[in-house]
Amino acid sequence: MVIKLRNILVLFCFSLTGVVSAAPDIQHWVSEKGARVYFVPANDLPVIDLRLVFDAGSARDDGNYGVALLTNGLMSEGAAGNNAQQLAEQFEAVGAQFSNGALKDMAWLNLRSLSDAQYLKPALAALDKILTRPDFPAPAFKREIERLKISVQGNQQSPSAIAEEAFYKALYGDHPYAMPTEGTEKSLAKIKVADLRVFYKKYYTVKNAVISIVGDLTRQQAENMINDLLSDLPVGQRAEKVSDVKPLTESKTIEIDFPSSQSHILIGQLGTSRGDDDYYSLYVANHPFGGSGFASRLVDEVREKRGLAYSVYSYFLPMRLPGPFQMGLQTRNDQAEQALQIINSELKRYIDEGPTKEELEASLTNITGGFPLRIDSNRKLVEYLAMIGFYDLPLTYLQEFNDKIRAIDIHKIRDALVRRIHPDKMITVIVGKQASKS
Amino acid sequence: MRFNAFITGFTGLLLLLQGCQQGVRQDNLQIENADAAVQTRTLGNGMKILVLENHRAPVVVSQVWYKVGGSYEYDGITGVSHALEHMMFKGTDTYPAGQFSEIIAANGGSENAFTGKDYTAYFQRIASDRLELCLKLEADRMRNLILDENEFKKEIEVIKEERRMRTDDDPTALAYEHFNAVAYLNSSYHQPIIGWMDDLDAMTIDDLAQWYKTWYAPNNATLVVAGDVMAENVFALAEKYFAQLEPSVIPQLKSRTEVRQHGERRLSIKAPAKVPYLMMGYKVPVLKTAAQPWEAYALEVLAGVLDGGDGSRITRHLVRGSEIASQAGAGYDLYNRQSSLFLLEGTPATNSTMEKLEAAMLTEVEKLRQQKPSDEELARVKAKVMSSAIYEQDSVFYQAMQLGILETINLGWEIKQDYMKNIQAVTADQVQAVAKKYLIRDTLTVAVLDPLPIEHQSKNKSAGVSVHGH
Repeated sequence: MVIKLRNILVLFCFSLTGVVSAAPDIQHWVSEKGARVYFVPANDLPVIDLRLVFDAGSARDDGNYGVALLTNGLMSEGAAGNNAQQLAEQFEAVGAQFSNGALKDMAWLNLRSLSDAQYLKPALAALDKILTRPDFPAPAFKREIERLKISVQGNQQSPSAIAEEAFYKALYGDHPYAMPTEGTEKSLAKIKVADLRVFYKKYYTVKNAVISIVGDLTRQQAENMINDLLSDLPVGQRAEKVSDVKPLTESKTIEIDFPSSQSHILIGQLGTSRGDDDYYSLYVANHPFGGSGFASRLVDEVREKRGLAYSVYSYFLPMRLPGPFQMGLQTRNDQAEQALQIINSELKRYIDEGPTKEELEASLTNITGGFPLRIDSNRKLVEYLAMIGFYDLPLTYLQEFNDKIRAIDIHKIRDALVRRIHPDKMITVIVGKQASKS
Repeated sequence: MRFNAFITGFTGLLLLLQGCQQGVRQDNLQIENADAAVQTRTLGNGMKILVLENHRAPVVVSQVWYKVGGSYEYDGITGVSHALEHMMFKGTDTYPAGQFSEIIAANGGSENAFTGKDYTAYFQRIASDRLELCLKLEADRMRNLILDENEFKKEIEVIKEERRMRTDDDPTALAYEHFNAVAYLNSSYHQPIIGWMDDLDAMTIDDLAQWYKTWYAPNNATLVVAGDVMAENVFALAEKYFAQLEPSVIPQLKSRTEVRQHGERRLSIKAPAKVPYLMMGYKVPVLKTAAQPWEAYALEVLAGVLDGGDGSRITRHLVRGSEIASQAGAGYDLYNRQSSLFLLEGTPATNSTMEKLEAAMLTEVEKLRQQKPSDEELARVKAKVMSSAIYEQDSVFYQAMQLGILETINLGWEIKQDYMKNIQAVTADQVQAVAKKYLIRDTLTVAVLDPLPIEHQSKNKSAGVSVHGH
């Protein structure tokens, strides 16, 4: 089934956060062996959502690009003598859903299960094998690395993926954030199964874990569940800090020729990190500019007034270290130059003038009024909990969010924009046919 | 992998939320399923209202569904439903262009719309005490839309950009569009929802005005409200805003039943790409068109046996076992208005070929025709259906969407109540029977994305910085 959405402007839910007065109290403790646990009981559905997050994202690849993702992916391809088929069947027999994945900062294992012990116990037993006794079988490793290579090749037929990759490379230079989590064909060719074992041993440890749980169980049950799950996992230690990222010193424009009918344009520089003092100022600042869909200036200028693009946006992606501030759009190749000029002059004008009083007011109302939508399901809540734990944000993060937003005024926004956004030091990436002509 | 998203679509998700009045028994999994009751009302003008109360969070989703979509269109005006959907945000006399979105945003809400083959829907997600606003605004644009020529001239360019982004520059999406156009001869599922580019070039504001006049009426719409609301309040608000709207005479759609296919069809799509891609589709009935309803449920279970999770056959045999596929899947959507396709899709593994992949797919199909699935396999498929029914209650949006689809394709929302029961009732013999009856070569269409080379060049305008090309 194919659905055409009117727009796809809100691309990154991780860049959004919020809370209403009805925010739940988060229970937090450190497990017997030292894992940080975050828990919200929710007994209106007989379901448990469990998320185990490790500081084991691709920022830890250490030149072996792709090793973090492969390690995470291979864990469920064979564990405690069970093969992938047996593990999958153990989850499926009790209707449990297991998934895993990795980004730049983190890697995770997720379990969604019915809370009744007769279903939950077998699901937890399978998760326990994957977490504590992965076998990294050689044939599965060989197969998965080939599959990942094809996925990497697939990215090279997508102008948006090519643009994104070029953007990160230019923005982060030698820093591990520069490289795609999937790695490259070249880097994948060098990875050995032994690298995965080393990576697993180093980063999949109790002290390097943050665990979030939302669902139909008591605090005591949650504590016991986590203690049991971690009983065979080495204590280890929290991963050391990743090296700092360096701000850009000059503008760069990267043009990549691609046989597409549209040019994909990305413009940006370093943005904010989690816990950044300017986080709320910049989050609110971005909202009326390019972060609120049809209410935003970029959509109004590029799409509504001129019909130049379907999707145009800007966002801050907060990460452990400063993530990108990025503006993006796609437009017919012959309109690329015009669109580029508009988006750049809008940014410059916005930094000079800031939002209008009306824009700011509308944004504050939208962000604070929309808070309940952000935590209206267990699945969303368990991700917030993990995010709060992983980035060492205060337990009151959800309760305080709206107050922090309301405290932002025009002065704070203009001050933050001038200090943090530098139009003279921007990465511009253009992927399309026009690129070769200019 | 990311480039098969269009096929996984909804087939895996359309496992309905709450089913039976009492607990359903099954070998491995037994669930007492709470029956979250849907309450309904029909206004004097024929508009149907469905309310699903869910008080877990102080939010509500409001959706207005129209019985019109890509499959209602005919040659020359393809894409008109979707274009009209875009124009529905361009204002009325009461709320000029942009105000709809502004009002919803100012109240902390988010809103959007989507067009499918069989429906067009508009939705808001908002704090539950703001529902009235949504209904007021939706009622206004149901009958009072201004279709301004200048706005349209800009918006149609936005839609063409959307088409370029989603289809023209995405080789797998392009291949899928051509695959459908060849698999279906006279069924309107032949044409793309977003419309052929040539039709978009030729589209006029009058086409949209005619379409709006024909299909946008209360007696062709369903309001679905799910969330922290009381049904009686919703009915009262609906009465207040929608009951005054005049009904229209809604035309009877021509049936356009797909002609019988007399032999396998094949096509190749050459496009700049890096990874080949295989699509195979068999002509199958859906719940609405099946001679016997159990056939549709049996096809649903069959899809689960092939691709119902990491333990199912395609992953087990093709991705892991023989390592012929880098990724592969199967899909079936029983909730369509017209008969559709049972899909198989995949990408060959590094040391494999498209020929081997196709042969392996056909072997899997042949096995299902020759031998019924094992009890364990059926049990896993059914366990997944049962647990999904519980998990889905975590999302009011999804629940509302299911109700809306069922009403809009004229199956009626009530059918979802029996979904679990009907899946439970499917036997291994029935799965084999539908495989034998429908997964036959003479109704198969096979499409191959044949990658053309992509030339790589990149250059960097600032001195002294080297950039790697792609």
